Amino acid sequence: MAEERTSDLDLHSVQLEVNGEAVQATLESRVSLADYLRHGLGLVGTHLGCEQGSCGACTVLVDGEAVRSCLLLAVQLDGAKVETVESLAVGGVLSPLQQAFHDHHALQCGFCTSGFLMSLTARLRERPVTDEHDAREALSGNICRCTGYAGMVAALLSLSGAGAGEEHQ
Amino acid sequence: MSIDTGTTTTRRPLVGTGVKRREDRRLLTGKGEFLDDLSFADFLEAAIVRSSVAHARVRSIDTSAALALPGVVGVFTAGDLEELLQDLPPKVVHPDLHHRLRLPIVLDEACYVGEPIAVVVAESRRRAEDAADLIVIDYEQLGVVASTAAALAQGGPLAHLDAEDNVCVHITQRAGEPDEALASAPHVLAETFMISRGGGHSIEGRAVAARFEPATGELTVWDATQAPHYARQKLAELFGLTEDQVRVIAPADIGGGFGPKAQFYGEEVLIPFIAMRLERPIKWIEDRWENFVSSAPERTQTHRVEVGFDDEGHLLVLKDVFEHDQGAYCLGLQVPTITMSTLPGPYKIPNIHSELISCYTNMVPTSSLRGAGRPQAVLVMERMVDRIAEHLGLAPEEVRRKNLIQADEFPYRVGLLFRDGSPLTYDSGNYPGLLNGALERVDFAAFRELQAAERQKGRFLGIGIGLCVEGTGLGPYEGCRVRLTNFGRILVTLAASPQGQGYETVYAQLAADGLGIDFDLIDVRHGDTANIPFGQGTFGSRVTANAAPAVFDACQQLAGDLRRAAGVLLDVGAEEIELAGDGASVRTEPERRVSLLEITRAFNVGRHGMAVKPGSPVGLERTAYFTPERAAYSSAINVMIVEVDPETGMVQLLRCVLGHDCGTVLNPLLVDGQVYGGFAHGVGNALYEEMHFDSEGQPLTVSYLDYALPGSLEVIVPELFHQETPSPLNPLGVKGTGESGTIPTPAAIANAVEDALRPFGARINRLPLTPGRVLGALGVLD
Repeated sequence: MAEERTSDLDLHSVQLEVNGEAVQATLESRVSLADYLRHGLGLVGTHLGCEQGSCGACTVLVDGEAVRSCLLLAVQLDGAKVETVESLAVGGVLSPLQQAFHDHHALQCGFCTSGFLMSLTARLRERPVTDEHDAREALSGNICRCTGYAGMVAALLSLSGAGAGEEHQ
Repeated sequence: MSIDTGTTTTRRPLVGTGVKRREDRRLLTGKGEFLDDLSFADFLEAAIVRSSVAHARVRSIDTSAALALPGVVGVFTAGDLEELLQDLPPKVVHPDLHHRLRLPIVLDEACYVGEPIAVVVAESRRRAEDAADLIVIDYEQLGVVASTAAALAQGGPLAHLDAEDNVCVHITQRAGEPDEALASAPHVLAETFMISRGGGHSIEGRAVAARFEPATGELTVWDATQAPHYARQKLAELFGLTEDQVRVIAPADIGGGFGPKAQFYGEEVLIPFIAMRLERPIKWIEDRWENFVSSAPERTQTHRVEVGFDDEGHLLVLKDVFEHDQGAYCLGLQVPTITMSTLPGPYKIPNIHSELISCYTNMVPTSSLRGAGRPQAVLVMERMVDRIAEHLGLAPEEVRRKNLIQADEFPYRVGLLFRDGSPLTYDSGNYPGLLNGALERVDFAAFRELQAAERQKGRFLGIGIGLCVEGTGLGPYEGCRVRLTNFGRILVTLAASPQGQGYETVYAQLAADGLGIDFDLIDVRHGDTANIPFGQGTFGSRVTANAAPAVFDACQQLAGDLRRAAGVLLDVGAEEIELAGDGASVRTEPERRVSLLEITRAFNVGRHGMAVKPGSPVGLERTAYFTPERAAYSSAINVMIVEVDPETGMVQLLRCVLGHDCGTVLNPLLVDGQVYGGFAHGVGNALYEEMHFDSEGQPLTVSYLDYALPGSLEVIVPELFHQETPSPLNPLGVKGTGESGTIPTPAAIANAVEDALRPFGARINRLPLTPGRVLGALGVLD
């Protein structure tokens, strides 16, 4: 049985682009994108909350789409473009979304924050958030246990130009 | 804002302002320092093999195939760890507690699904998990206790083989003459309530890493814990080391706490011990399945309550007998004893009988989760106040008004004991103020008209109140060290460590005010037992009321030292010196000034071998601990409006007004954040979160696909208002705030749902109010 397990070490070579840089790796097929980003590339801003695809903490962008990096195998991504939370602030300047999170106390422990930022980055590239319900829809794929979503809703509304929630003016 | 310090009045310009968080930048840019984000490149990784049955004798464990797997460094079971087979005792005890030995790892009897049986250490987590799959455990299954009802049933199975029964503790507290009062009360109502509380579900699970240095005999443990000093103390005791030989570091960032991470678990002993044994560093990261089966949740209580009252609705007597599920072992009696003392809440009740029967079951041991026994108690009390109103045909807000402790009745002795054993004495509060504040914002009369009109259209709206008093700020102490560093900055070192509360910001505000030095020159560090020797930890909404006075005290002491130091350098008396900006100046001649950098170079760094003026203050550092006399009592009110669909059983939250009194508010942005977050926990508790086990004690909810956490579409933003009734128990007047959003919320929602369904006569007595339960209450489903 032990020999069988050892033979699972089928290695594959992949090339992908992570945060604008070309990377190449030889990986076991079972390594998730999240584990590769975190432990292979040291991009530890992507967090694992459930490894079941539910909580959304590990969300990254693959070819512009928000995906759960815990449910993807890194070897599936040959040729893909991956964006992680580390790419959002350019030249040390927070993105408008990151800045809005700070301004509206949209994070507490911060563990889920990377996933929210990436989900919302993808969403905001598509179209702006229009109202509170729309903001809640945009947030609904991820789980936060600290904030009750109040600050995140306010942050999104501030970006929409619809004005922050009263409680965070 | 200012406080009178006796001789002078100290200005506090930053306290009370919503300073934005310093922590945010690193967290927003993916540069957080969570335990598994730290560089542990040379660390081995552990996987833990856990019992797959709820109660069994372990006949044998075959680890040979696992050990043969390449990359596996070791496999450890109880047989390999004899020195470790020591009890992990409960935190809060009682003379009548029937204790069951709790070992870090199963010796021969497994008592819940998830209990550690073996630890595999390998070159990688993947390899450790491969090996874990190869371990064969031969179980002899035993009878299983999977509910408190089963635990207390005559002749039923025993949760532990060596026990006579399943009772953990049976405690009764009484005030007045409850039996006589019940017999003579004009009206008596009785009800049974069952409340499931659920798990903490910090998005980061537990995590432990350990490194032992044979050369120095020092053990360093990184632990995603709410209480690093508690973990350090426990490890030192177990390993026979003095405190200084064990260093526990709670990383700068911990991904949520909410109670479960304040406990001390077997894994926190196993990983360091094996690291010492192997002389190799090891880390273990809990996965979500492990979190479900092994991190302490807070589970169901069953209350049988009776209230006696007069024709006007005055409460005469409360009698509550409740069962509490302690789980397989007792981590402490904190939760049920808090429930006992929280029951009377803001009401004057002359006669009280509060009786706890806590039982052992074959399920994961339970402990505190945000709210810690209080949401259950508030639900019981507030549901019964609503029932009194219904019985007498009175408005629920009026029955509350008639029974509230008045603002001039503090300190108020309830007649029971709090969890620290002291007489339950409310320090300060203004409960009528909270009720009035809520009624000013929610027009009950207008709502009743709307409710009646909507009912005509087949739409069912309801309103509910949850009013609570919350013991916070428990001792014994919390501490702080403040130092002038070599770069002329101020370093505030806290013993308590945060899990998202923003200590690096709020304690810098307080230190800036205490010192009179620029906020930007103040750094706050925390969570490392090597930097401050003693501490208790972050739990029970206790840090603000303990650590804030300590920080302020230490800073005021250091400010005195800095004035004396500047006085020496400027050749004037300390009383002539004023601290401001990045240094100190002569009050009457502001151009005569020295910077903090000059002061530290003169008196902390020093010039090697050169004398300073005799009497100069050298080694500019102060440590202060604050010891509160007893708990400080926060209070809160939640007024909730809901819509219930009687066809589907769905409950929709429409509006919530949440009033809150935590005494002096240090940072309103952070306090609001705590209340919003706590509120969401309360919503989950009321409507969604429930751990299911089958009759064999198998957990059925072990992922977020079958355990529902509230998401953004389920939670609304409550309209907050603050009332500030300072506590007389500390010089800042502060009280705790981390749980006030949670505690009144299930009660308010349950009251609102029953109010909405009053035309149907539905009885709401079990939480969470899933659609199935609502339909059950309507008699549609049974």
